[in-house]
Amino acid sequence: MWALIRRDVAQAWRAGGAMLPVVFFLLVATLFAFAVGPDAQLLGRTGGGVLWMAALLAALLPVDRLIEPDRLSGVLDQLAVRGHSDESVAAAKLVAHWLSFGPTLMLSVLPAAALLRIDADALLRLEAGLAIGTPALAALGLTVSALTAGLRGAGALGGLLMLPIAVPVLIFGASVLNDGSGSALKLLAAVSLLLTAGAPFAAGAALRAART
Amino acid sequence: MSSLRFDDVACWRGGRLLFEGVSFALGPGEAAIVTGPNGAGKSSLLRVAAGLLEAAAGTVVREGMVALADENVALDRDLPLKKALRFWARLDRRGDTLPAAMEAMGIAHLAPVPVRMLSTGQRKRAALARVIASGADIWLLDEPTNGLDAESVGRLEQACAAHQTAGGIVLAATHQGFALASSRSVNLSPFVSSEVETRFSTSLEANGFGGL
Repeated sequence: MWALIRRDVAQAWRAGGAMLPVVFFLLVATLFAFAVGPDAQLLGRTGGGVLWMAALLAALLPVDRLIEPDRLSGVLDQLAVRGHSDESVAAAKLVAHWLSFGPTLMLSVLPAAALLRIDADALLRLEAGLAIGTPALAALGLTVSALTAGLRGAGALGGLLMLPIAVPVLIFGASVLNDGSGSALKLLAAVSLLLTAGAPFAAGAALRAART
Repeated sequence: MSSLRFDDVACWRGGRLLFEGVSFALGPGEAAIVTGPNGAGKSSLLRVAAGLLEAAAGTVVREGMVALADENVALDRDLPLKKALRFWARLDRRGDTLPAAMEAMGIAHLAPVPVRMLSTGQRKRAALARVIASGADIWLLDEPTNGLDAESVGRLEQACAAHQTAGGIVLAATHQGFALASSRSVNLSPFVSSEVETRFSTSLEANGFGGL
């Protein structure tokens, strides 16, 4: 399975697909700063929540090309013929997707936080929340990608499917910013663990159902 | 000891019975060619044999590893051919057999060419080279001669003969001249139901087109 993870990560970087969510994320942060104006206090107060929103939307972008190209070209069939279970294929794809999406997103939070005048303390909480929350976003993206593979308009449908399920991640992720006690972080971790652990099974079942 | 046995197998696909009561057994060194008109279910039979499709009735028994070459090449389009094939050789843990397999299908000189630049026949040969390199006991070849020139068909026949001599099994679906040593034939034509045509012509008659 390491070979599959390595291939998927290499493919994401080669096609430039790994940069797309990051550029989108930075663009949203920039636009927000322009739209609200140079009120540093207001920006600082709302900026963390905006970045969480931007991260969620950025996680939607790669949904239409996580599974579909491999299904269409027969890669998934070849993996199944070799006796790899759909769940382990989904798990490998989840790891690869997070690797090409999570760390770069967390890195691009730094310039975005400077744009929105987010102070060091809030930035630290934002990064901690993203470190815990991005696996859940990757897991949701992969599951939805597997569910919509082969459908027309999969991208738009993916958004409609994914965003409602991502609400708990958004709520607890944004709460981490204003919560000194750490309980929001624990709840975020619980939600993230649930989504991440469930994703390989849900996505695996979707892959199996799509094979006709 | 490798073997492939179909016992009274039926295949149901897209709300339609493709074939039923198909039985045959292949032991080491044996081969079979699946014949039948377009739409008779040759590819579906191979997918059932590969375990990608569930048989609607009957049992399929496979002993040994399976390799499948169907109309999907399952190679990364942007990678050089050698690298794209090596990904699968790595999954099969058979890196050392790849150069010989590429030589056998006459694509050794194409190693540095990106997959997207290859012609249909060259891609087909690459997919067949993957089967040869896989070291699997049971080869399932779906229309293996499609797009191949006479020389490549000869190379494939040689590879199949060598595989059978080594105790392997070949099951090929084709309606073109393809010679396998000591092969039997699995004919799907009796199962082609004339139901669709009958229903269609009856509805024409009912609509007053009977005299046409």
